[in-house]
Amino acid sequence: MTATTTAPARREAANPLTAGQLPLWGPWALIGVALAIGAAVSALVAGASGTDFSIVAAVLIAYVLYLVAITVVSQQIEGGRKAADRLVTGVVVGAFVLALVPLVSLVSTVIINGAARFDLQFFTWTMRNVVGEGGGVLHAIIGTLLVTLWAAIISVPVGIFTAIYLVEYGRGRLSQAITFFVDVMTGIPSIVAGLFAYALFALFAGEGVRAGIGGAVALSLLMIPTVVRSTEEMLKLVPNDLREASYALGVPKWLTIAKVVLPTALAGIVTGVTLAIARVIGETAPLLIIAGFTTNMNYNVFDGRMMTLPVFAYNQYVSPGVQEQAYFDRAWTAALVLILIVMLLNVIARIIAKVFAPKAGR
Amino acid sequence: MSKRIETNDLDVYYGDFKAVEGVTIDIEPRSVTAFIGPSGCGKSTVLRTLNRMHEVISGAWVDGEVLLDGANLYAPGVDPVNVRRQIGMVFQRPNPFPTMSIRENVLAGVLLNNRRMSRSDQDDLVERSLRGANLWNEVKDRLNLPGSGLSGGQQQRLCIARAIAVSPEVLLMDEPCSALDPISTLAIEDLIEELKQEYTIVIVTHNMQQASRVSDRTAFFNIAGTGKPGKLIEYDDTTTMFSTPKVQATEDYVSGRFG
Repeated sequence: MTATTTAPARREAANPLTAGQLPLWGPWALIGVALAIGAAVSALVAGASGTDFSIVAAVLIAYVLYLVAITVVSQQIEGGRKAADRLVTGVVVGAFVLALVPLVSLVSTVIINGAARFDLQFFTWTMRNVVGEGGGVLHAIIGTLLVTLWAAIISVPVGIFTAIYLVEYGRGRLSQAITFFVDVMTGIPSIVAGLFAYALFALFAGEGVRAGIGGAVALSLLMIPTVVRSTEEMLKLVPNDLREASYALGVPKWLTIAKVVLPTALAGIVTGVTLAIARVIGETAPLLIIAGFTTNMNYNVFDGRMMTLPVFAYNQYVSPGVQEQAYFDRAWTAALVLILIVMLLNVIARIIAKVFAPKAGR
Repeated sequence: MSKRIETNDLDVYYGDFKAVEGVTIDIEPRSVTAFIGPSGCGKSTVLRTLNRMHEVISGAWVDGEVLLDGANLYAPGVDPVNVRRQIGMVFQRPNPFPTMSIRENVLAGVLLNNRRMSRSDQDDLVERSLRGANLWNEVKDRLNLPGSGLSGGQQQRLCIARAIAVSPEVLLMDEPCSALDPISTLAIEDLIEELKQEYTIVIVTHNMQQASRVSDRTAFFNIAGTGKPGKLIEYDDTTTMFSTPKVQATEDYVSGRFG
């Protein structure tokens, strides 16, 4: 019995592959100590200077302390390579948390402030003849959906066909020029797109024109480059083997593209299109110019002013009436609805991508 | 079924680079012809010119003629799509369509070309082609599962089934076994033996034993050096090529002295 228990122990001691190791709880203990010191220092400073206790300062001090401490401790116990690993892990996690802070803060602020008016009336009423409390955003939701739908109807075919041209047919100068201008279009400020749409529609309908379709044209200007870029990347990912396999069966090029290349890349294209929609659905500036604002329901994108959610939120915020709070609440809830719509779009895109993804495995 | 292929003084270019020079070869119907030679000597390039697949690569072009039962594939006005409907191809790596089931993969030549076919005709074609490719018994219970779920050897036989489902006159095979294990290789070699009853088969291979096992005639390609065009060195009956070749380079290559 004793022989069996001591033998492995001796083998462990002789094993040249072992090295010192921090216990699992080691980093956590260090974090705890660092936080305590950070809080203490922050409290001391607050007490000495008579200001309030600052959580941000405490966390920052603790973070720097932790990075120094874990590197030194790990260097002593585990050696240089592990110490570098722990230091970089700390930096990476810190960056991740830093990136998460504004996101979480934004979402929680919108939810908290938007919850006040998140009721049935908000989704079933328009703002027609509403002064002060009450009212709803049905007209703005319909407006946003219609304008974005038309923007998608315009830009998805244009974008996808452009990408097909670039990947499957484009050679030489023309395709280089298209790629260049698509890149330039990516950087167009949205207000410029709005002014362009206004100028365009003013040619046909005269000065002061307001129509939802104008907003859709402006948004499609912003959307097309995103759709082209993402579709292009997805089409490039389709292996050439598949195209060749199809050609070798005597399938013409256009059928190969329509029935082999596009279905294979469909999941990625759908995701790209959804992201493009998510990017433009929150645009305010161009819609402010060309779609205008109204308190009434308007189902016709080709005629008259059309309210949209971002414009609604902006409008409620800049021109509150006597009961200010009611206007601010509506603005927050409109923002919340907009976020929810984008989230819903993303979920739908994921489901579609999953359904259409090339079936893998057995 | 099954047609003769002749090439006359065929030069193949990639842009300005001459990859293959002066190939004149006469491929018999209902036989297996093997192309052997060291890497980069242009065997695959020549194979791909036989059904105008090489021009899928941008900048590739051909000088000379390829005759399919006397009709020049490179005559003006010839549609490469019509050529490829008669001359099928199996590639080095198995490439079943990932969005399609096994059944749809076999029917790809029909479905992708929007040709109408009744359900029962489709079923017949699937069974006939899969039986032809020695795959029917392995997949008959899972025809509606994706083709990418099969093993490498099964996938390659699925690709062969897909190629013979469009009933081509000629079947070109570009190193069909190089990605496969010996058992799958054996299955495909047996299959080639059966297929030659109906099709003209041209196979590129790096494996000289394979060439001697499956082929009736063998063509040896070689290259003088990097940047020089590849050439057809010798073309004869396989038994002659492997026992008493006329050219020294062929003998060196088949006996394993180089390459």
